[in-house]
Amino acid sequence: MHRGENVRGGRTLRMVVTTVIALLLVVILWEGYKWIGGQTDDHWPGTSIGLPTTTDDLTMPHATDIVGELFEEVSDGRARLPLYLFLLKKGWYTFQEAAIGFTFGLAIGMGLAVLMLRWRLVERGLRPWISVSQTVPLIALAPIIVTWGRLHDLPDIFSISLIATYLTFFPVAVSALRGLQSPDTAHLELMRSYAAPWRTTLFKLRLPAARAYLFPALKLAATLSVVGAIVGEISIGTKTGLGRVILEYAQRYAVSPERLYAAVVGAAVLGLFVFGLVNLVERLVMKRTDGAERTEGVVT
Amino acid sequence: MKKQWTMRLLAVMAALTLFATACGDSETAAGTGDCDSVDEVSLQLQWVTQAQFAGYYAALDDGIYERYCLDVTIHEGGVDIAPQQQLASGAVDFAVSWVPKALVSREGGMDIVNVAQVFQRSGTLQVSWADSGINGPADLAGKVVGNWGWGNEFELLAGSRRAGVDPSSDYDLVQQSFDMLALLKGEIDAAQAMIYNEYAMILEATNPATGALYTAADMSVINWNDVGTAMLQDAIWADGARLGDAAYDDITTRFVAGSLEGWMYCRDNSAKCVDIVLDNGSALGASHQAWQMNEINGLIWPSPGGAGVVDAGSWSQTIDVATSEAILASAPDSGAYTTEYAEAAVALLKARGVDTTGQNWRRVDVTLNPGGE
Repeated sequence: MHRGENVRGGRTLRMVVTTVIALLLVVILWEGYKWIGGQTDDHWPGTSIGLPTTTDDLTMPHATDIVGELFEEVSDGRARLPLYLFLLKKGWYTFQEAAIGFTFGLAIGMGLAVLMLRWRLVERGLRPWISVSQTVPLIALAPIIVTWGRLHDLPDIFSISLIATYLTFFPVAVSALRGLQSPDTAHLELMRSYAAPWRTTLFKLRLPAARAYLFPALKLAATLSVVGAIVGEISIGTKTGLGRVILEYAQRYAVSPERLYAAVVGAAVLGLFVFGLVNLVERLVMKRTDGAERTEGVVT
Repeated sequence: MKKQWTMRLLAVMAALTLFATACGDSETAAGTGDCDSVDEVSLQLQWVTQAQFAGYYAALDDGIYERYCLDVTIHEGGVDIAPQQQLASGAVDFAVSWVPKALVSREGGMDIVNVAQVFQRSGTLQVSWADSGINGPADLAGKVVGNWGWGNEFELLAGSRRAGVDPSSDYDLVQQSFDMLALLKGEIDAAQAMIYNEYAMILEATNPATGALYTAADMSVINWNDVGTAMLQDAIWADGARLGDAAYDDITTRFVAGSLEGWMYCRDNSAKCVDIVLDNGSALGASHQAWQMNEINGLIWPSPGGAGVVDAGSWSQTIDVATSEAILASAPDSGAYTTEYAEAAVALLKARGVDTTGQNWRRVDVTLNPGGE
């Protein structure tokens, strides 16, 4: 146990280090590309072939300017406050939408997975539709969802959360099903030999086994829920939220491009934050069930 | 949906009957706040909160709608929301939309009716640098001409043709984004801009040559109102299927009157309306919204025929351009707009001594700050 924790501590450190290195790499690539463009007048070095994007400060502001912009004062209605605080405030709203969407997505995804596990016919019938669902463009979906929501007197924030749900249930359903089906035949046969009812097998064997498949999917689902909330805000329209900020800053891109980039960085940070949250939950859950398994092992 | 609507109607009727029996007089004195009952009404905007919609927000925040016995919910627009569709599907009770776009939807089968023409003029410009030599549509020949597409380009196309310039061969028509980057970077010679939004954004940008903001003197502007190909823009649209129903008719008159009174409030208190817009969550700066408020007032006032009343000449010009540019297959039937509700609203307001034409309104000078802050 002690050793296990050390390993986990090492993993956290490694994650932090790799994140920092990855961020630095992005900055170096960004600035490097910008520098090359500046040297060659936006052409591939030694050729007359143009670079895919121009590298002037309007198109690609300096990374330092983008970071610096976070500390500039911006308008929040009549008030003025530093951009990072403004983004934090708006991000909190988007986080709530994402959290609602994620919760629904988790419930629906798990529900579908259990249904498909229980009845083969359901699996055969549903699986293609679950896959097809993800090919429907959100641009077509958003007006349908919001119209439906308003006809049922639901607030628009709920419709936005539903878009987040739509993106999140898919990875949950697919990987939960895979996870629930993952126990070895030997284990399943053992349960059968105990004459364990289906429900007992589900809770004692299949669900614990599904964890390993589920958590990577949940991390994906969490970041997708943020994407869904932001896309929902932009396509449906809201009073607040990061999507709204991105929409307005995009409109004034010509005046201050670094502000839009800073808002996008804010959205990315929110994505990382929810990823981290799921990571945390994973550790708590894994630790607790590890213990449980050990006790169970003793009993057996 | 149908069932719900019937239920709501029944409820409203039941409430009205109740009040009629209770008070012996169900007549609502509109605009005075003497309410027997309050009606819930929702409005769909085309875009996020900005001074373009200040009148509606002012009517809401200043309690004007309340005095018309309305409980109004304003839905902001989003990228994928077509106000006409929200209205036709019954998701909202009223919608703000440009006339050509709404007429295309109407031709496509949506039963929506223009009940108040709020903007009497078009806010679309074609802007270029003063030294580009583009002073009118004829000068666009041989240039790179930007437009937004999506139905925003027809004043430009018709205006060019009228000046003897064929948009398909005489100039390079390119799609531009809603920021003014392409013009600022010199990728296009003339850019589409709303007088209340994108045009201001140029004037909020720093001229690298001087280190100061660009000024109106740096710009050359083609205004389609002057060319004669302007098309009507923001109007309040109602659900045609529900018009004729006494309860909805009554709500429509009150909603139009309340909205117009909101616009009159913004005409007379533009600074307050800028604050209202900012308080409703605009992330665009205060000076940008002040500019926008001023220009929006300029699109509404003066309204010689009375605020919200469709001007027959502007309407037929809009239809002429729409049909000649093949936006509409044919001219819409006479049911596409009605002045009934706007006229009733104007009469109500006049009776209360409110100025409904704004003949004396004058544009003010707004100083734009860098970035519109």
